[in-house]
Amino acid sequence: MIQQLYPLFVAIPLGVAFLVLLFPQSLTRVVEGIVLISKVILLIIIIALIGHAPFSYFVGKWAPPLGITLVSDNISTLLLLIINIVGILSLIYSFEYMEMYTAKIRFYALFMLMVAGMNGVVITGDMFNLFVFLEIATIASYALVGFGCESEELEASFKYMILGCVSSTFVLLGIAIVYSTFGTLNMADLANSISVKGINKSVLFAEALFIMGFGLKAAMVPFHAWLPDAHPSAPAPISAMLSGVLIKACGIYAIIRVSYHVIGMTPLIHIILMSLGLLSMVVGVLLAVGQWDFKRLLAYHSISQMGYVMVGIGLGTPLGILGGLFHLMNHAFFKSLLFLCSGAIEYSTGTRNLKEMGGLFKRMPVTSSSCSIASLSISGIPPFNGFWSKLIIIIALVQAEYYAIAAITVCVSFLTLVSFIKVQRYSIFGDLPEKFKGLKEIPVLMGSALVILAILCLGAGVLYPFFGEVVFEIARDTIMDQQKYIQLVLQLM
Amino acid sequence: MTIYLMCLFLFAMGLYCLVAKKHLIKKIIGVAILDYAVNLFLILGGYKEGGVPPILFKDMNQQVFSQQSVDPLPQALVLTSIVIGLGVLIMMVSIALRLYEKYKTFDTSEISRLKG
Repeated sequence: MIQQLYPLFVAIPLGVAFLVLLFPQSLTRVVEGIVLISKVILLIIIIALIGHAPFSYFVGKWAPPLGITLVSDNISTLLLLIINIVGILSLIYSFEYMEMYTAKIRFYALFMLMVAGMNGVVITGDMFNLFVFLEIATIASYALVGFGCESEELEASFKYMILGCVSSTFVLLGIAIVYSTFGTLNMADLANSISVKGINKSVLFAEALFIMGFGLKAAMVPFHAWLPDAHPSAPAPISAMLSGVLIKACGIYAIIRVSYHVIGMTPLIHIILMSLGLLSMVVGVLLAVGQWDFKRLLAYHSISQMGYVMVGIGLGTPLGILGGLFHLMNHAFFKSLLFLCSGAIEYSTGTRNLKEMGGLFKRMPVTSSSCSIASLSISGIPPFNGFWSKLIIIIALVQAEYYAIAAITVCVSFLTLVSFIKVQRYSIFGDLPEKFKGLKEIPVLMGSALVILAILCLGAGVLYPFFGEVVFEIARDTIMDQQKYIQLVLQLM
Repeated sequence: MTIYLMCLFLFAMGLYCLVAKKHLIKKIIGVAILDYAVNLFLILGGYKEGGVPPILFKDMNQQVFSQQSVDPLPQALVLTSIVIGLGVLIMMVSIALRLYEKYKTFDTSEISRLKG
């Protein structure tokens, strides 16, 4: 039954995106209802999927390698869960927040388009289909970054668009190379051919193109230049979606899928992924410490935290991958919470500059306490979720005898703490400036999104023993077992 | 072989145009050239010297046909990729026009309010 519902992950958001454009501006409330209901339906399907056995769905009943295959295994379920939880909360938040902008209906249409693209990237089992969904998600995000149409936003959007196009072109070139070498686009079939024939030079070249292309989407360090401009320029709920989900679904997930399942890991790829991760971790945090724009600081921290995920994934030991995946989910929660908090502060005070804030705790208790929880999570203070995932990654590094990298990881975590103490000191505590005496707390709907995310931050850390096995450990086993993936799709005996 | 080298040349030209030019519209042209180079490469992957169109008529021998016909899949892929490229191109041009309204220039060295 649930197998037949699987294409709905793309169909519902895509349909809703075009449907809502037909409504006039006066029916905005109806549109909000439709969008929210569609997201809730998707969330219900995902919750039913957790713990379900992996399966593959053949679009139009064309068996692989001929047709497009949609694959549901534990790693895609995990990503779908993250995309839709963060998506639904950003949506609830944007009902009030987007009042500042005109054309709310177009915002929802673009939002659903982006969700459709990301869901598609995560569920597809076909290389070219992956490229198409990647483009859907990123084209919607180009438009959303420039949604405000102010000078800075347009500039950031243009920069993001140029670099995004280069990355998509490289991914397409990689796909063209693997297609002309092996004559198939189905991921499992491709993986089968590659594991039979062995990795030759053309495959390695394609893998380099994929790492570059998807690495640009994930903002790994040599390719990170667009992120600190693009993420702060978007409206706050979109910053939360971009930083919380898009760089993971289109970047990290695609790298995991391509390197572990399609091409297969070699020691060389392990080293490349780890060094990319290490570089992003260090450079990101060093650039973040000196920032005074709240959202820009958060954007640099996204680069740094993605470095942690990449180090864990690149390490390739079971514990390393587990830590990477856990940190991926935790980062989605605390970083989207931080971006939503920065949006809430901007909504009330009208500024993003940390130097102009201060003493907000007395006037905005809900925002301030959720902001504190997120800051503690990201800097790795127990018992919040960030601590556990960083701990797992560090233990994995020590077990694999990478002592130097483990030490660097601890130092980066310390620098993160320093920069978030700065945020706390200047925004939440300290003296309230004269002009903010009459400040009010944000509306209830916005506040509820913040509170739910804060509870998730705490819960994901403390309650890990209850859901860790059904969600993360099988996802890790799925990543490590390439043959099982091939069998799942091709159903070879 | 020559045609692959020309394809590579086209790719390099697009990349150069993207990196070295400061004019917004020239950058957009660079992206378009880059796109065309990859599309050309994709279509070359399915091309056969002296091949026949991939349509099977009743009087054809299936074996001969499968050896002679060109691969139709890259053509379908390129069609999709052209449509995506068109969407991105329109998006880019419209944002470039909006940027011109705001900054009164197409020069990227003057469009630089974002720093840090």
